[in-house]
Amino acid sequence: MEMGFRWDFAYEILPQMLWATLNTIIAAGVGYAIALIVGLFFLLGQRTPFKIVNVINRELVEFIRSTPLLIQLFFVYFVLPQFGIKLSAWLCGMITIGLHFGTYLSEVYRGALEGVSKTQWEACRALNFSTIYTYRRIVLPQAFPIAIPGMGNYLVGIFKDTPLLSTIGVAELFHAATAVGGYNYRYLEPYTMVGIIFLTLSIPAAMWVRNLEKRVNVAQGKVKQ
Amino acid sequence: MSYFAFLAEHGPTLLLGTVTTIKVLVCSAILYVIISMIFGLMRLSKNPAIQGIATVYIEFFRGTSLLVQLFWVYYVLPFFGLSLEAFVAGVVALGMNFGAYGAEIVRAGILAVPKGQWEAAHALNFSPAKRIKRIIIPQIFPIILPPAANLTVELLKATALVALVTVVDLTFEAKQINSITWLSAQCFGTALLIYYIMARFALVPFLRWLEVVAARKVGR
Repeated sequence: MEMGFRWDFAYEILPQMLWATLNTIIAAGVGYAIALIVGLFFLLGQRTPFKIVNVINRELVEFIRSTPLLIQLFFVYFVLPQFGIKLSAWLCGMITIGLHFGTYLSEVYRGALEGVSKTQWEACRALNFSTIYTYRRIVLPQAFPIAIPGMGNYLVGIFKDTPLLSTIGVAELFHAATAVGGYNYRYLEPYTMVGIIFLTLSIPAAMWVRNLEKRVNVAQGKVKQ
Repeated sequence: MSYFAFLAEHGPTLLLGTVTTIKVLVCSAILYVIISMIFGLMRLSKNPAIQGIATVYIEFFRGTSLLVQLFWVYYVLPFFGLSLEAFVAGVVALGMNFGAYGAEIVRAGILAVPKGQWEAAHALNFSPAKRIKRIIIPQIFPIILPPAANLTVELLKATALVALVTVVDLTFEAKQINSITWLSAQCFGTALLIYYIMARFALVPFLRWLEVVAARKVGR
């Protein structure tokens, strides 16, 4: 077998890899959208006045956060059919990623809400604003910028965790690379290309998030410009 | 088959896998701490070449997926004549990946040491090496341990990936039992529980204890 990097082979499989990249981006996008919503529900569970809901919510979040995403994927993919719920690999993957990262995002939301000074709440109370109005017009507009960097980081995080979906047969980039590699019995080019594609997508994304973070810090007056 | 019968039959296998998971965790934790120290310091070097190497390393390992790196180490390095055993490949990939994240923590920790400490060490005519070793490093532990603890829990979760390069750890055993018995809820549920117990009742208390010790050492 020929050693070293074969450029002609890399060129040959490039279209296939780029198509699969599209799937990876879709998976990351959909997973992220679900995670954003799930995070809101965990946040609600945390802030409801019912003690029992708070406790269950906290333990559930703790459990999901401290167990591996890989086994959660297997669990959802293999166990749900035994209860008569048949979902496609795609759907299983999206649900699991949404749940897993939803717990992280709920922490981001919580941090952002707590980042809004308490005096803001007191001022609203003094002005006789309703709770909903306070959230909508006073608290959320101030909390959102604080949450942006954390939210961005988890978008990049989800993107980098999508290769795990290949283990349950979702046809994303890493899955395509393994298939191409197995078919031609050459893993060097496909896996190297996966690495390069990930780098070209995630480094600009990470830089963008860092830039956002800086701008948020400046806007909040934490850092002098 | 009741859950207890399942545990009686497959529990020992899962526990054996757990031992391997702990081994992977300990080895890769040691490796990642060493790498983060080295690259965290290199990142702050005034020499642009050294700083550049560290930046490229950190960006590379943070920019790509751990699974890709793991498969690269295990399946691609043999093309270059370097065949690693699955366990070693797993530990190396985990250590290098988390080392990149850890390096950023170390860098932030060093920058967080008050400037007066640097100036005082300078005024007392400490050599640069001694300044770092005797004054700065001992003070960064209370700063870096809380984020490092989070990272270490992430590391425990990430060790599950080594099962995909044929290391016979807890995840691998759970998958194996699943493919024999098809008792998916039991075997993956038990594996999840074991990971949870390891993280919540062993690793986290240990790391909190380290934080307390570190804080006491600098007199806080």
